[in-house]
Amino acid sequence: MSPQSSPSLDKSTLSVPHLISIRDLTPADLDLIFHFSDQFREVLSRPIKRVPSLRDMTIANLFFENSTRTRISFELAEKRLSADVVNFSASSSSVKKGETLLDTVNNILAMKVDIVVMRHPSPGAPVFLAKHIDAQVVNAGDGTHEHPTQAILDAYSIRERLGRVAGLKVVIIGDIQHSRVALSNIFCLQKLGAEVMVCGPPTLIPRHMQTLNVHVSHNLREALAWCDVANVLRIQLERMEEGGGGSALRSFPSLREYAMVYGVNRRILDEVGKDILILHPGPMNRGVEITSDVADSGQSIILDQVQNGVITRMAVLYLLAARQRGPESV
Amino acid sequence: MVEPRVILDSQKFGLVLERLCHQLIENHDGFADTCLIGIQPRGIHLSRRVDQTLLRLTGERNWQYGVLDPTFYRDDFRRRDMPLKPAETRIDFLVEGKDVVLIDDVFYTGRTIRAAMDGLLHYGRPARVELLVLIDRRLSRHLPIQPDYVGQTVDAVISEQVRVEWAEAEGQDKVWIVSQNAVAP
Repeated sequence: MSPQSSPSLDKSTLSVPHLISIRDLTPADLDLIFHFSDQFREVLSRPIKRVPSLRDMTIANLFFENSTRTRISFELAEKRLSADVVNFSASSSSVKKGETLLDTVNNILAMKVDIVVMRHPSPGAPVFLAKHIDAQVVNAGDGTHEHPTQAILDAYSIRERLGRVAGLKVVIIGDIQHSRVALSNIFCLQKLGAEVMVCGPPTLIPRHMQTLNVHVSHNLREALAWCDVANVLRIQLERMEEGGGGSALRSFPSLREYAMVYGVNRRILDEVGKDILILHPGPMNRGVEITSDVADSGQSIILDQVQNGVITRMAVLYLLAARQRGPESV
Repeated sequence: MVEPRVILDSQKFGLVLERLCHQLIENHDGFADTCLIGIQPRGIHLSRRVDQTLLRLTGERNWQYGVLDPTFYRDDFRRRDMPLKPAETRIDFLVEGKDVVLIDDVFYTGRTIRAAMDGLLHYGRPARVELLVLIDRRLSRHLPIQPDYVGQTVDAVISEQVRVEWAEAEGQDKVWIVSQNAVAP
């Protein structure tokens, strides 16, 4: 059918040129991303799991911090949209030789890159980048600030399983202090109309939480009894180990004690007696924040989250790319 | 200003639909290897009607039925002001070795069909692909594609728009031509 004969066709676009923070998005943006994700889910069920939409674009994945899941997820999303992909990780680059972020990125952009997907240890690095370069920027995690695509895939996974996000009660459990996932999740869930609680030891919950209009609990049983969905965060072992990084960073006496007080296990879920949906952004420390009998159970959607990561990232990249003007039409 | 003209009223609409289905019956022996695929978003009204009419005429549904959204295969991505919003694709079978009939309401430049054929090939290698359209706007093709089954051929200039309305969506089966700056009645 020709475009001219379809006056009722629904057209939409994202309200932002970059994806830096969930805070910048409107609820309509999130709905749009979910709508496209639904279509890309179907694409991934085909014998040929690829569409040619981004065949004239180049995307650089700049990972200044380690990542397995997110990097592979973005790379697959990009390849399934037929984009050209270049990968970069800090450990094998000139960053080690003292090059600044802007220089590194400008050098990569000089090779004609349209979209930059960046993970960086410094909060705000993607904002800085977006201000100074022409390419579009997707934040794949900046320090302890935000990890927007993780929040989008989490909300999408909840919506997929429970049919909605609005009106649900979601608790985020564990290391809120060091977690960019927590902050993005809070913004995203609230925009979609869910009620959010954070739960963890006082040393791992920053004081500003009250200002975000979230409930705070230090009692796991109480939190689980309240919620419909529990998002269990990873205890960032690298920050906790004795000697490595200094004992000042230690926020609780021992992993064993943390597991006893804040670990989500079968026993406590049975005691609460509700069918709570369990999420975990990975990588899991089995036996610390979550036990295997919970992680591998039917109420956990941890592997769904990974699968939905690819389709929601396809939707984000597609919608951002759609905002760029392509080559002049012939 | 040119008055909107009606090309097909609801009576003629029904006749054309019957004819198209009889032509399909003539060319698809028993429909055992046939797949009917409606093209989103507006072609699915016609594909549903064809599906129902064929069922009434033949008595049993031997063919497979699906809908395909060509949005991700379009060649005008990033060349239009707003991105198109994709609709559902539902093809629960492989088209490998099948006789596929693509179904759309208005055939104009040929670009949508080109995109749909690209998408179709992701479900296998069909033995044959045919195109059934309700309205063929001649003289405006951008690509060397021709329909196999045509409801009605129309000569309209570019500034005119061919509108197809469906009883289930707009309340009445009707095809009419409006000039782009005319006011709808």
